[in-house]
Amino acid sequence: MFQIQTIRNDFPALHQKVYGKPLIYFDNAATTHKPKPVINAVNEMNSLINGNIHRAFHYLGNVCTERYEEARETVRAFLNAPHTDEIIFTAGTTSAINMAAFSFGERYVGEGDEIIITEAEHHSNLVPWQLLCERKNAVLKVLSVDDDGRLQTEKLPQLFSKKTRLLCIAQASNVLGIINPIREIVATAHAHGVPVLVDGAQGVVHGGIDVQDADCDFYVFSGHKLYAPTGVGVLYGKRKWLEEMPPYQSGGDMIASVSLTHTTFNTLPLKFEAGTANFTGVYGLKKAIEYIQNVGLSAIHDYEQTLVRHAVQLMQTIQGLHIYGTAAPKTTVLSFNIDGVHPTDAAQMLDKMGIASRSGHLCAEPLMHRFHTQGMLRFSFAFYNTKEEITATVTALDKIKKMLI
Amino acid sequence: MQITETEQQIIDEFALFPDWMDKYEHLIELGKKLPPFDEKSKTEQHLIAGCQSRVWLDAHYENDKVFFTADSDAIITKGIVSLLVQVLSGHEPQDILDAKLEFIDKIGLKENLSPTRSNGLLAMVKQMKLYALAYKTTKASK
Repeated sequence: MFQIQTIRNDFPALHQKVYGKPLIYFDNAATTHKPKPVINAVNEMNSLINGNIHRAFHYLGNVCTERYEEARETVRAFLNAPHTDEIIFTAGTTSAINMAAFSFGERYVGEGDEIIITEAEHHSNLVPWQLLCERKNAVLKVLSVDDDGRLQTEKLPQLFSKKTRLLCIAQASNVLGIINPIREIVATAHAHGVPVLVDGAQGVVHGGIDVQDADCDFYVFSGHKLYAPTGVGVLYGKRKWLEEMPPYQSGGDMIASVSLTHTTFNTLPLKFEAGTANFTGVYGLKKAIEYIQNVGLSAIHDYEQTLVRHAVQLMQTIQGLHIYGTAAPKTTVLSFNIDGVHPTDAAQMLDKMGIASRSGHLCAEPLMHRFHTQGMLRFSFAFYNTKEEITATVTALDKIKKMLI
Repeated sequence: MQITETEQQIIDEFALFPDWMDKYEHLIELGKKLPPFDEKSKTEQHLIAGCQSRVWLDAHYENDKVFFTADSDAIITKGIVSLLVQVLSGHEPQDILDAKLEFIDKIGLKENLSPTRSNGLLAMVKQMKLYALAYKTTKASK
């Protein structure tokens, strides 16, 4: 049974006042708050259970190593990946994509080759591929979006050529909130012999993924957008790719043996985990996944969808308000503009009313150009938000609009 | 009036608005009252690179004094822009270069000028001082 009050009590950050007003936090697509089990786990690791992993023979080192490797298994099960050694811990989505862009690029991308991305990518799943293409003299091709925000997947087949090496696509857009038909897209790509990297930064928290069912070749996500600590993320990759890809960063933990003239590398997954890993954050990620699994992913999804429906219904009563990305299905992301209102003005004023929103280009400038705007205002909900918060926010927004126009 | 006197005047004015919404209402009013910026001058050359709201700035030099005109597409930013113009416009280059602009902090708008907040305002202050420096240098070389 989904009990909103019980859930809210698990998140201390929700119970603070900002500028003397109770906090209403609608910037969950940027980062989410952490439940007590995550906070307690991180506190315990920082205050007691602290020993470097994979090397020491002492008690604390052993416990930390166990927790770290248990977390890897938790993530594997969460994604339904076939093997635990396909789970690489990173610092977040951005570092996971950079790792993939470098290591996959070194092994498989050469001059004249092509990589496909979409117009709806955030900068993290765009710039690393641009840079790779510059390094290798490769070509970046772009799949565009419709006016309603839907990816023009019918145009995808004609983008593939014999030179296409990889397709990189978000599971869900951080601006439009639209969830892409990943399984179909992967099937199309595979029919053309092209592997697919799925950016789960916005998708993992809204329904997760079954990487075997989706059959994607790579999947990345951040912990901090999934109620886990910042500075931890995941790169899942099929063994057949990861084994052939060269390491990204080098140093300790990723080696098998080192002499002054030659180094052989460790096997998966440690080949890609150079240096001391963020074992504290990784253990926090394990606790976060367990927490949402305990609440229930489908209960979370159902509740979040009632929030979105409520918000859309109320927001439509504000004259001149346009929501971007009207196609279904959607996550909890609602990006919009109000005629005559600059999003930055509205965001600043909402802030002083205790309401955290996001404004600007939302780290997705190509999409801003696509929709002919300098910026947008964005609300993004989590399962700890309430209809009452939404009602209060839309009332505040209406008041702000009247002040600004 | 000295720069610091205008600053003090603004500080006193804002002291009447302890509530944030009133403060914003006042800024919005100031923004709306800012003399219009020539649309033709809204060029790349006058645009101050900012991430969230766009700010345009122009200057001219008359009787040893620097005069500024400015605009923004965001009204609150425009209100703050209008304060900066009010404080710095019509002064000699050296006075503009020496201005510490502590009033921004004192009226509670410091966050709008922090280096990590890319709304163009910090860049605007820098640009105003660069204009002052340029006029000072030109004058000295004459």
